[in-house]
Amino acid sequence: MADEAVEAMMPFFKERFGNPSSIHRFGQQADAAIEEAREVIAEHLNCSVDEVIFTSGGTESDNLALRGVALAQRERSGKNHLLISPVEHHAVSHTAQQLASIFGFELEFLPVDGQGRVDPAEVLERLRPNTAVVSVIYANNEIGTINSISEIGKICREKGVPFHTDAVQATPYLSLDVEALSVDLLSLGAHKFYGPKGVGVLYVRKGTPILPIQTGGGQESGLRSGTQNVPYIVGMSAALKFVQTSQTKWNASLPTLRDWLIEQVEQKIPQSTLTGHRTQRLPNHASFVFEGVDSQKLLTLLDLDGFACSSGSACKTGNPSPSEVLLALGFPQKLALGSLRVTLGKDTTAEHVQLFFDCLVEKIKILRD
Amino acid sequence: MNGKTVVVGMSGGVDSSVAAALLKRQGYQVIGVMLNLWSEVGKESSNRCCTPDAMRLAKKVAAKLDIPFYTLDVRERFYQQIVSYFVEGYQQGITPNPCIQCNRHIRWGALFEFALSLGADYFSTGHYARISQDEQGIYHLLRAKDTNKDQSYVLHVLTQADLSRTLFPLAELTKPEVRQLASEFQLPVANRVESQDLCFLSGEDYRTFLLRHMEKTAQPGAIIDTQGRLLGQHRGLAFYTIGQRKGLGINVGQPMYVIKKDVTNNTLIVGSREETRQSHFTVARINWIRGIPTEKEFDCTVKVRYLSPFLNARVKLFEDNSCHVVLAQSYWDITPGQAAVFYQGDECLGGGMIQTVLT
Repeated sequence: MADEAVEAMMPFFKERFGNPSSIHRFGQQADAAIEEAREVIAEHLNCSVDEVIFTSGGTESDNLALRGVALAQRERSGKNHLLISPVEHHAVSHTAQQLASIFGFELEFLPVDGQGRVDPAEVLERLRPNTAVVSVIYANNEIGTINSISEIGKICREKGVPFHTDAVQATPYLSLDVEALSVDLLSLGAHKFYGPKGVGVLYVRKGTPILPIQTGGGQESGLRSGTQNVPYIVGMSAALKFVQTSQTKWNASLPTLRDWLIEQVEQKIPQSTLTGHRTQRLPNHASFVFEGVDSQKLLTLLDLDGFACSSGSACKTGNPSPSEVLLALGFPQKLALGSLRVTLGKDTTAEHVQLFFDCLVEKIKILRD
Repeated sequence: MNGKTVVVGMSGGVDSSVAAALLKRQGYQVIGVMLNLWSEVGKESSNRCCTPDAMRLAKKVAAKLDIPFYTLDVRERFYQQIVSYFVEGYQQGITPNPCIQCNRHIRWGALFEFALSLGADYFSTGHYARISQDEQGIYHLLRAKDTNKDQSYVLHVLTQADLSRTLFPLAELTKPEVRQLASEFQLPVANRVESQDLCFLSGEDYRTFLLRHMEKTAQPGAIIDTQGRLLGQHRGLAFYTIGQRKGLGINVGQPMYVIKKDVTNNTLIVGSREETRQSHFTVARINWIRGIPTEKEFDCTVKVRYLSPFLNARVKLFEDNSCHVVLAQSYWDITPGQAAVFYQGDECLGGGMIQTVLT
């Protein structure tokens, strides 16, 4: 976490421990704090404050977007067609699958190319009069590929279909201007941008048909009932400010390190393949598959040497089935089990990357012998 | 710190948890690894060896001990080498012991290899058994100090290479002492009922499991007595085990027990309790822990099941790594497919699979 975020949170555990919904002055202070946070976030997203809904994180935001819009669309206009990419985070894909299997929606997957990109023309071709919602991930967590969100957004806008993007991975590096992106719903999770875990945002454009999926006291414009997690919301907004001041620097320095790592791996580790797009990818993200290597074992070996990496999504540890994302890109099952994703952070230096690469070479050799 | 790294196979149970704690206290750099074993789809939460509950406990223990913890997915290998072996064994008329296969191919196979690939010096488990090394550098496998808990029987498959890198921290401890240590180390261990069932059966009767997994459908056949008299019909040899009395569906005025499964003729042979006693049998595919004995004929004791007593026996070796065993006194229900494990005093010499049993 960013120091700024930790420090911003601290007073809200003790001296400023009010409930933002309460009438008393402690409550008013807490309410003021979350409204200030809402302003910071609204400004970053180029939207109005009442379009910012606080949630418990990216997963809840994705759930609210998909389920909330799908149910409202069917309720109000009988639309029951869902259109999503096959490389969505499970928070989107599993929600859509449940909407299909239990709630009777028709789920259609958009095709992706070998780098995991959705062709906007394919969206246009597949939109139907009864399409309830479209969801395409901004930047994929496993392969780092960035999608042409604004082009897809314009197509959906023209056809009047609500468009959601999961921007959880994209936040620290890419523009989240919802006007430029032409999105109606956008999910954020604070822990992906140096904020605390367990807090996030769903942007909901005014006028988007949506029902709450958590009901109760009517907080967050009635879309997300439950007492707001004040310290975490404050921490998230401080983290976003930190991102604003650092983004230019990161976007200048990280691609160099990333590209060096990709080049080294491709040149010096036999039977390795870059996964995802070479240039249209997150500046901090490199991902590979290694033939004949069990990624779970590779992660263990790397961890013991102090390098914390992932294969698929970190949420899937303990369940080493081949990555659905890599299978969707056309990788064979055997290769999809040998995946590795490396993400660089704000404190990563060239020296770290060199040390990591040397370690990676050694561990892959051990596992292949 | 003693500068040595050890990988501990953890299960979330009290034994492996205390083993890890003791090694940590002895100054080892300890790494916990838990196996993710094969279960039928939908039954993952009741696989005795790796339920989500057990996984949670093992993680808590690792966090408490401040040691790194990983899981190793061996589901495919477990299915190939253990479950298939179990099903095929029953189809061939034997009663296999999958836990011994698991020790050979999974614990001291996949997990042991993984430990070495992590650069570990040693591999350890919470088994109750002792290892010693003599002046010539040869490793010996000995019964645990707690003879009630001794698990050397299921460890007879270990080789010199295995033993040279294996540590059994519970060797000198009794189960009550281990429980006491768990409480002293403040380890979060569950009061789990220790089950003897096979992990992948998930509490189900093995016959029901076999029904789903056998390729050939069970062929009914004759039940005869030792004189060859027809007494009834069996449902398929796989569903019977040596010594079984209940569920035979025959009535001859006295209790009858399964003595033999004649696979060639698809016949189940039954007899009186007295007729289930046998005094010699052959054992094949023997692992001799210290290498093949120089004497070709010697006296020792033998266990024919995990919980059988030590039976006095004379062993005569054959050239093909098999042997003939003559018991000093006959014993009940000696079962092909189970392991015969040989001992001299406290030392486990090795063992193999019971092949044919002769009355």
